Amino acid sequence: MNLDSKIPEGPLSEKWTNHKGHNLKLVNPANRRKYHVIVVGSGLAGGAAAASLGEQGYQVSCFCYQDSPRRAHSIAAQGGINAAKNYQNDGDSVYRLFYDTIKGGDYRAREANVYRLAEVSNNIIDQMVAQGVPFAREYGGMLDNRSFGGAQVSRTFYARGQTGQQLLLGAYQQLSRQIGLGQVKMYNRHEMLDLVLVDGHAKGIITRNMVNGKIERWAADCVVLCTGGYGNTFFLSTNAQGCNVTAAFRAYKRGAGFANPCYTQIHPTCIPVHGDQQSKLTLMSESLRNDGRIWVPKSKEAAEKVRKGELDPGAIPEEERDYYLERKYPSFGNLAPRDISSRSAKEACDDGRGIAPGSGLGVFLDFRDAINRLGENVIAERYGNLFEMYNRITAANPYKTPMMIYPAVHYTMGGLWVDYNLESNIPGLFVGGEANFSDHGANRLGASALMQGLADGYFVLPYTVGDYLGRCGIHSAGKTKSDAPGFSEAEQAVKDRITRLLNIKGKESPRSFHQRLGHIMWQYCGMARDKAGLEKAIELIPELRKEFWENVKVLGEEAELNQELERAGRVADFLEFGELMCRDALMRDESCGGHFRTEHQSAEGEAVRDDDNFAFVGVWENQGDDKPPVLHKEQLVYEEVKFTTRSYK
Amino acid sequence: MDLHLRVWRQKNSETSGKFVNYELKGVSEDSSFLEMLDILNEQLVEKGEEPVAFDHDCREGICGMCSLVINGMAHGPERATTVCQLHMRHYSDGDTITIEPWRAKAFPVVKDLIVDRGAFDRIIQAGGFITARTGSPQDANELLIPKPIADKAMDAAACIGCGACVAACPNGAAMLFTSAKCSQLNLLPQGQPEKDRRSLAMVAAMDSEGFGNCTNYGECQAVCPKEITLDFIAKMNRDYAGARIRHFFGKAI
Ligand SMILES: Cc1cc2nc3c(=O)[nH]c(=O)nc-3n(C[C@H](O)[C@H](O)[C@H](O)COP(=O)(O)OP(=O)(O)OC[C@H]3O[C@@H](n4cnc5c(N)ncnc54)[C@H](O)[C@@H]3O)c2cc1C
Ligand code: SF4
Ligand code: FES
Repeated sequence: MNLDSKIPEGPLSEKWTNHKGHNLKLVNPANRRKYHVIVVGSGLAGGAAAASLGEQGYQVSCFCYQDSPRRAHSIAAQGGINAAKNYQNDGDSVYRLFYDTIKGGDYRAREANVYRLAEVSNNIIDQMVAQGVPFAREYGGMLDNRSFGGAQVSRTFYARGQTGQQLLLGAYQQLSRQIGLGQVKMYNRHEMLDLVLVDGHAKGIITRNMVNGKIERWAADCVVLCTGGYGNTFFLSTNAQGCNVTAAFRAYKRGAGFANPCYTQIHPTCIPVHGDQQSKLTLMSESLRNDGRIWVPKSKEAAEKVRKGELDPGAIPEEERDYYLERKYPSFGNLAPRDISSRSAKEACDDGRGIAPGSGLGVFLDFRDAINRLGENVIAERYGNLFEMYNRITAANPYKTPMMIYPAVHYTMGGLWVDYNLESNIPGLFVGGEANFSDHGANRLGASALMQGLADGYFVLPYTVGDYLGRCGIHSAGKTKSDAPGFSEAEQAVKDRITRLLNIKGKESPRSFHQRLGHIMWQYCGMARDKAGLEKAIELIPELRKEFWENVKVLGEEAELNQELERAGRVADFLEFGELMCRDALMRDESCGGHFRTEHQSAEGEAVRDDDNFAFVGVWENQGDDKPPVLHKEQLVYEEVKFTTRSYK
Repeated sequence: MDLHLRVWRQKNSETSGKFVNYELKGVSEDSSFLEMLDILNEQLVEKGEEPVAFDHDCREGICGMCSLVINGMAHGPERATTVCQLHMRHYSDGDTITIEPWRAKAFPVVKDLIVDRGAFDRIIQAGGFITARTGSPQDANELLIPKPIADKAMDAAACIGCGACVAACPNGAAMLFTSAKCSQLNLLPQGQPEKDRRSLAMVAAMDSEGFGNCTNYGECQAVCPKEITLDFIAKMNRDYAGARIRHFFGKAI
């Protein structure tokens, strides 16, 4: 597998400018309309890419599985988006944002990509303001900022608790404009079920029309995947119900390398699980950690009484509370990065000091002191909608009693391997947003996924896709048709799989299989992992998969709207992909960022990296069904930063 | 708790539908309304009956995908709450719950509880945007926007495009949705250059999609999960009237 990262020559701070200015080919505006680009996904990455490519004059077809591009999961991001504007005059800079992101990712991200991300972050804010995104402002009319975890500056821009929504709607509006102009054709309720290669290049996709079940072929000059993350492998996560790995996994099956699948982010502040009827976990924005203090009782006895409802948390005196993040990480306190905060919560609960009724799996996020200091109205202005959301779900009032939170699966740093141009090892297959692996290393800092999605979609892909098309040459434009070899085989494979799923007629629902997979993943490949557990999971998952293919019950028909069939297809992919995650976690015999191997921790319980042996991107190549995948490595070379042990103390 | 459900079942857009009764037992009061439907569906699958199709995705009140009329109320009884955030603790053991899709001429039923809201997208495509070419616009802070204006624009921008306003309106009007986007952009300085075009184009698209006229019932505001208010409709009416007059004199911007 060719893993040439294609990092341009020259100093870090000039790479992107030089690359854009000298290396990347341009396509003459009059020729652009002859090329056809497929963009799968209409989230921040896909929406922005489709809109920008359409605006440049390419013919674009964009696909999403929801009923409108405006509903992509980016909409759910609450907290904010980072940029190195230094509007607060607190010493921020492109370099600092770059450095924080590398460090936050525990030195497992590609330096040049991260630098570019920090560099274009400022353009994103300008762009989104020009589009009418109503970011929060100060009374002077300037943009307001807040702080997020893993940083000591205020660089996060926000629109109340709905930043993702406002950014996505901005991108959606630009996309809509291009749809109205006829530059982009939008296909809603279309699920991509396979990638088509022609002569080794990505030249098309196969979709299922989710309303009438029709399987269709789409040919193009290249394919851009922006299909989001795979957190739903765990069944319970903060992701939307439809988030899936299918598009990325089908590309993997066709030869694309899958990088670092085990890097999963477990978000520290989610509402705890309440029972087995639950379908999703709800995130409480990290921004709450600006003013909320996290604690558990110092004594197990007090914790037990809280769990049983015999003791009111408000009645626990100050000296009997353990504000464990402030104690362990005095300089970052409650704003320690996500992986560290999550693990500390788990430790406290494992120690018997968790406070959620029943399971115990919960800690307090307390606003008492902030309310006393700033007044209830200030807190309401900052977090009112989040408090309401909490109240709606739990029926508790966070103005009066502390919130209960616990970590939950939230984001996946791993994804399809891409080079500096965001092109995978399959020529003509580009990958943007959460679906690629490139910028967050082993742990993502808060407010930087939105930044990455928009950076990829607005400021990277429009250049690099044009470069690929330019390199293919105008004689090739629009030449691939859907009767090319590759299409019929892929279409047949998709149809066969659907027929197979419908004909098993077993006893157990797809949802039930998904839930069982989720239990295995959370237990063995969750917040803490070890060799024995992962080996066990690698045994259990194939068994479950076998059971699925013998005993799944998929009702309804093929040629109609069939949500059970949709689910079954996604679960089938999760059942294979989950195993790949465990293999990757087993291979990575070190702890780094969100990947915590209990064998590798310091006396204080911090993650211990092994830079000599594991400073690489682990890229998996599919070898066909039921054969173990092969590992390839992209060595991470740092020109600018030095490996250091992360310290947030 | 145990519940009696009356659920609208309709095979596709060509066939007519009907209510079907289901008995559901053992629903936890901590479950959400959609989790209750998940349980129903799991039981139907168990019995070999086709599960009920309904739209949903984020399940946290922001994507706007969920769309159920519960006992005659779009999104159910709770104020400012989408159906995915409605919890069963608001119901009691033995309740009968009627569940229907959005009912509006412009939102045809696709299957069971799922409707086609493509008309909303087409209204946005007609003018619900600011033309801002991808590139390097001016520095964001060169444009000062007074906080009250930014806040008001944000109030309007909070719309999730769910369509409850249309479903609740006796006329099936889309004024609340359309005015929310139109007002957000018309309020902001960035939106001024296209203000007249936008107002005219969005209203024209709304009319051509078959939405009804607004006769000030106000039902839309009552059901809106994001508390979009009627004053945006008034604002759009003013912007539209001004644009019409300027258009008439050939001066529309
Ligand atoms: C609750 C929550 C809060 C968050 N808060 C923040 C935050 O405050 N700040 C931050 O920076 N990040 C945040 N994140 C992370 C961030 O929102 C996401 O990582 C980011 O928005 C992903 O964008 P995307 O464009 O890559 O993918 P998505 O927005 O997930 O879009 C995926 C698109 O692909 C389509 N798609 C997927 N599969 C298929 C298929 N098989 N066929 C066809 N189409 C398909 C979907 O329809 C959709 O259009 C949050 C995430 C969650 C879950
Ligand atoms: S105005 Fe309210 S009810 Fe109408 S679409 Fe928007 S959020 Fe839904
Ligand atoms: S499912 Fe997204 S708003 Fe209800």
